[in-house]
Amino acid sequence: MEYVVFYLFAAVSVAAAVLVVIQKKTVYSALALIVCFGAMAGLFFQLGSQFIAMIQVIVYAGAIMVLFVFVIMLVDPEAETYPGGSLRHISYWAIPLAVMLVFLLIQAFPDFLGSTAGNRAPSAPTEGTVENLARSLFTTYVIPFEVTSILILVAILGAMVLARRSD
Amino acid sequence: MVPTAHYLVLSAILFAIGVVGVLTRRNVITMFMCIELMLNAVNLAFLAFSRHLGQIDGQIFVFFVMTVAAAEAAVGLALIVVLSRQKQTLDVDQVNEMKG
Repeated sequence: MEYVVFYLFAAVSVAAAVLVVIQKKTVYSALALIVCFGAMAGLFFQLGSQFIAMIQVIVYAGAIMVLFVFVIMLVDPEAETYPGGSLRHISYWAIPLAVMLVFLLIQAFPDFLGSTAGNRAPSAPTEGTVENLARSLFTTYVIPFEVTSILILVAILGAMVLARRSD
Repeated sequence: MVPTAHYLVLSAILFAIGVVGVLTRRNVITMFMCIELMLNAVNLAFLAFSRHLGQIDGQIFVFFVMTVAAAEAAVGLALIVVLSRQKQTLDVDQVNEMKG
């Protein structure tokens, strides 16, 4: 049963990812990416990371992709692959090279391919609940946590300064 | 329980799709979306290993990757807005001058 759920979400996410790459209109790519993020949130749930899955839906699919759609609508809603720049002459090489890249990435982890060490239910200290995450985030990783708050502040200010009209 | 290897293979496939997208597309916003796809593939690998090793640190990493990706998306999209305003195009092949 778990395999059925995994393959369902995996198929949806791979199909949506391929749609992101091959769509002509940018808006359709953004929508396909939202679908891909939703399917990956399902996979995150299956991996026992409930909090991260909800954050994926709320932050990634709900905020970042909405920002993308805003910018697409602001800049050029009808944006398409430019004539003369379509995928035709490159895509023949892209597919076998992508397959080679997948094999290369898989070869980097030969130990994991046959092992069954990960096939256990998440125990209490490692379950992806908010409490477990917070316990680690605010003790071991509190310094990166505070630094990312500065990072977000810098990003906000940078985006505001950059996109401001110079008149 | 689905073995960890399945998640790693899926992560590799999504990453490769993202790489192909970044290298073959010429619209800068689509390239940026494929970068986000690559980041998500890495998040999946992090979480698969977090469950495999029985540690919570992988999920903390994903937390920070998402935060940095959000900040990067904000700044990158602001740059894209400025680019389109200056050059009136979103084609990266047209942006081949350092001037402006």
